[in-house]
Amino acid sequence: MALYELPEWAGLAPAVILAATSLVLLLVDSIDPDSSNRPALAGTATTGALLSLAVTGWFLVAGVGDPDGRGVISLFGGQLVVDQTSLLFTFIFASVTTMVTVASYDYLRGHAYQAEYYSLIMLAATGMATMASSASLATVFVSFELLSLSSYALVAYLKDNRGSVEAGLKYFLIGALSSAVLVYGISLVYAVTGSLRLAAVAEAAAGTELVGVLGLGVLMVLGGFAFKTASVPFHFWAPEAYEGAPAPISGFLSSASKAAGFVVAFRVFTVAFPVEQFLDLGVDWVFAVQILAVVTMTLGNFAAATQNEVKRMLAYSSVGHAGYALIGLAAISGPNSDLVLGAGMMHLLVYGFMNTGAFLFIALAEYWDVGRTFEDYYGLASRAPVASLAMTVFMLSLAGLPPFGGFASKYILFMGAVNAGFWWLAAVGAVNSALSLYYYSRVVKALWIEEPSDDVAKVGITEQPIGIYAAIVFAAVVTVALLPAFGPVTETAVSAAGALLP
Amino acid sequence: MLIETLIAVTFVGSLVTFAAPNRWAGELAFGISALPFVGGLVMYSQFDGSGNALMGGELAFEQSAEWITLGAYSLNWHTGLDGISMPLVVLTTVLTTLAIASAWTPIDERQSQFYGLVLFMEAGLLGVFAALDFFVWFVFWEAVLVPLYLLIGIWGGPRRKYAAIKVFVYTNVASLAMFIGFVALVFNLPIETFDLPTVAQALANDRLQAPGWTSVSALKTGAFVAMFAGFAVKVPVVPFHTWLPDAHVEAPTPVSVLLAGVLLKMGTYALLRFNFTMLADVATQYAEVIAVFAVVSVIYGALLALAQQDLKRIVAYSSVSSMGYVILGLVAYTTYGVGGATFQMISHGLISGLMFMAVGVIYNTTHTRMVTDMSGLADRMPVTVGILIGGAFGYMGLPLMSGFAAEFFVFLGAFRSGTLSGAPVFTAVAMFGIVIVAGYLLFAMQRTLFGPFRLDTDYEVGPAPLHDVAPLFALLLLVIALGVAPDLFFDMIRDAVNQMPLVEADLGGGY
Repeated sequence: MALYELPEWAGLAPAVILAATSLVLLLVDSIDPDSSNRPALAGTATTGALLSLAVTGWFLVAGVGDPDGRGVISLFGGQLVVDQTSLLFTFIFASVTTMVTVASYDYLRGHAYQAEYYSLIMLAATGMATMASSASLATVFVSFELLSLSSYALVAYLKDNRGSVEAGLKYFLIGALSSAVLVYGISLVYAVTGSLRLAAVAEAAAGTELVGVLGLGVLMVLGGFAFKTASVPFHFWAPEAYEGAPAPISGFLSSASKAAGFVVAFRVFTVAFPVEQFLDLGVDWVFAVQILAVVTMTLGNFAAATQNEVKRMLAYSSVGHAGYALIGLAAISGPNSDLVLGAGMMHLLVYGFMNTGAFLFIALAEYWDVGRTFEDYYGLASRAPVASLAMTVFMLSLAGLPPFGGFASKYILFMGAVNAGFWWLAAVGAVNSALSLYYYSRVVKALWIEEPSDDVAKVGITEQPIGIYAAIVFAAVVTVALLPAFGPVTETAVSAAGALLP
Repeated sequence: MLIETLIAVTFVGSLVTFAAPNRWAGELAFGISALPFVGGLVMYSQFDGSGNALMGGELAFEQSAEWITLGAYSLNWHTGLDGISMPLVVLTTVLTTLAIASAWTPIDERQSQFYGLVLFMEAGLLGVFAALDFFVWFVFWEAVLVPLYLLIGIWGGPRRKYAAIKVFVYTNVASLAMFIGFVALVFNLPIETFDLPTVAQALANDRLQAPGWTSVSALKTGAFVAMFAGFAVKVPVVPFHTWLPDAHVEAPTPVSVLLAGVLLKMGTYALLRFNFTMLADVATQYAEVIAVFAVVSVIYGALLALAQQDLKRIVAYSSVSSMGYVILGLVAYTTYGVGGATFQMISHGLISGLMFMAVGVIYNTTHTRMVTDMSGLADRMPVTVGILIGGAFGYMGLPLMSGFAAEFFVFLGAFRSGTLSGAPVFTAVAMFGIVIVAGYLLFAMQRTLFGPFRLDTDYEVGPAPLHDVAPLFALLLLVIALGVAPDLFFDMIRDAVNQMPLVEADLGGGY
């Protein structure tokens, strides 16, 4: 009951905590510029992320943002909103941030500028949390840029490593281009509707005569989001950036940053561009999303199947999973659309854990200097059985096999699509999912079944970095536990989706 | 809660074993597997179910809880046992325990991982036989596959990678086909659950509504074909059987025991539950076609076994033949046919487990499985050979052994079938399979076990250790016990089978 006594802006506490942590980190760094003080820096970052996670979890359980509970909180004249969708996604961001900061404790040994690294992670997480809460195109763009600018720097963090710098540059160039596309799209929408607030855009768009301009604006906004979610046609930065970036950052970007792109897309396209109304106008963005979904998942899967490096394979698989999550938006014009949109959110939640875990395993392999290709992973299971078991869980869960969370979320996503009348979307998804088993099982095979060649066997695994191990085991346990715990989480997601839809 | 406890104990046990040191992982796994073994026996002794699980019978140990609600749809945790699944649960626990004991000799590296995976597989198998909600069932169904892939891929023979990936791909594609078939049915039923009894009863009450572009009967037939193809791979039915010999030959002995003993029964069990109970009208409509598949499996499987030189391949192909009898019994739609088929699942599980184990024990000492490489083993390892001969006679259907009872029931039921036209002909042809079985088993035994001693691999051959022979002996005792008193299981099977739609109830105790 204490919650009632808190002011309304306390609803933003998760984002505020993340932002404050970022500043505290800079403060710590200015007091003690010795950036090799890893426990203090990683500890501060992890504490902040955990605190934010705890507050978000508490809000969710207490019913903040639930229309039937304590109600949606609207702040600053409707610029920001705290509802179940924003809290659910903030929960994803905070969880991923926690895992990444814990794992970075070991990964960053011997690197300079650690305070800046953690500070940038927390800033990016702040950007994500505000993206989830954005209820106006202005706040969408500002938080979008906060996340993007921090991410560019993070990708290029290993500045003595050519791959990392090159990845950062590519990411920046494509990011700048798509930001420009997004902001131009926003300006076109504003030109037609004279409003930036999402709900007001929907109202003003009704009966407009400038359908062509509006349609172009909507399409360009969609393009901007395609960049953030690593969907076709703005996906080609993803393999480069994920491969070149430090592995924890790859996990951070491909799980949390992707989810951030999706939450904005979900909110903007349901609240500002309601599908029925825009179909009447003749702006059929659902069709564009359907094409994007099919092309994204197929292209991501086929590209992943031909890779020789595990990290690159995971990068393309991440493109494929963006395609699955897009189904949540693509099937929205059918009946029972809250179900499929909620399933899309659920998939992103599960993905947050299984994909971050997989990239953290790569981080572990990089920590040990094992190598990058499938061959380098041969026989790792006999030397690191616990981590390999966890990686097996991630791979099988990503492929959508039971008994893991990834199975439940895909099952419900495809079921939701069929239920909404888009059986062909579900069919393409199911076929892609079956194909994906091929390349995910290659990792399992490499770890457990193949015999290591002699020079591979020489790579000594002398120490078990406790931070990375803790993060990996945690991700694996959650990936498994999300199957039995799927019921209550799904209820929250479907109710959140239902609140977004008109 | 007994089922849930059983599954949970086995699952936790698999994790514990996985983390245990290799030195005593085998003993630990044996001890852990004794828990579900005892649990299975306790459940058997307390079994109080009656009727068929899907057709509204009284379930034993039923447990139901809400799991996931999605708009109107609900996915529930629903488990329970009837007279068909109870014997299979007992079979699973018995065979796993014995298979673990038989693994002590052949498995000499990465033991903790091996036993952990075996126990994980057992948990999945128990779930498959106990689950009554499609979602739960499918989770367990697929969960069995991953450990199987790894067990063959890591501890198998020289071509293990090929065999493992073949099993994995075959069964996964099959799962997809089956999945599509079943979901197509549910989405066209006016129900909002995946609960198997609800689906079965809605189908039995003709509540299926076809979408505009197709008819109800076409939808049913399509779903039946998709599910039949999916399960036929698992059984396997000719021509979907080609993964089986590769998997068996490459798999280590204990995995072969479980593969032939329990995993194949997943296929026949699912056929019985899904195709032959839910879509009984389609099954009877195409009874003759299915019977052709069955008879071809019987004869062709037996002929393939006849042509083999590798003892393990002989036993592997003979499984294809035995599974043919199961299909024949199912399609007969009489109490003795379907009941006999279910009984054959149990009986074959025990006997083929025994045969694979015995061949494994011989291989452990001789390091060859080729019929041409050895002869006269009976002199050097009399106990093992004696039990092997006993098992072989059980396979051939010697009276007072479970193989006789099972095949007798199947033939009796099939011969009197009213739904299968030309039933006597099908039965007569299938019976000929027994002659071939006797032929190849006697031929192989005569060449390897009797005559003067000769071994081309030059290993020292002596009696097998006790922990290798004891599981064999236990299995032989069970085979004889079920042969003498088939009613230990057949009573509850008959009770569950009689409630299936379209099954002609038997005429009383006259047989």
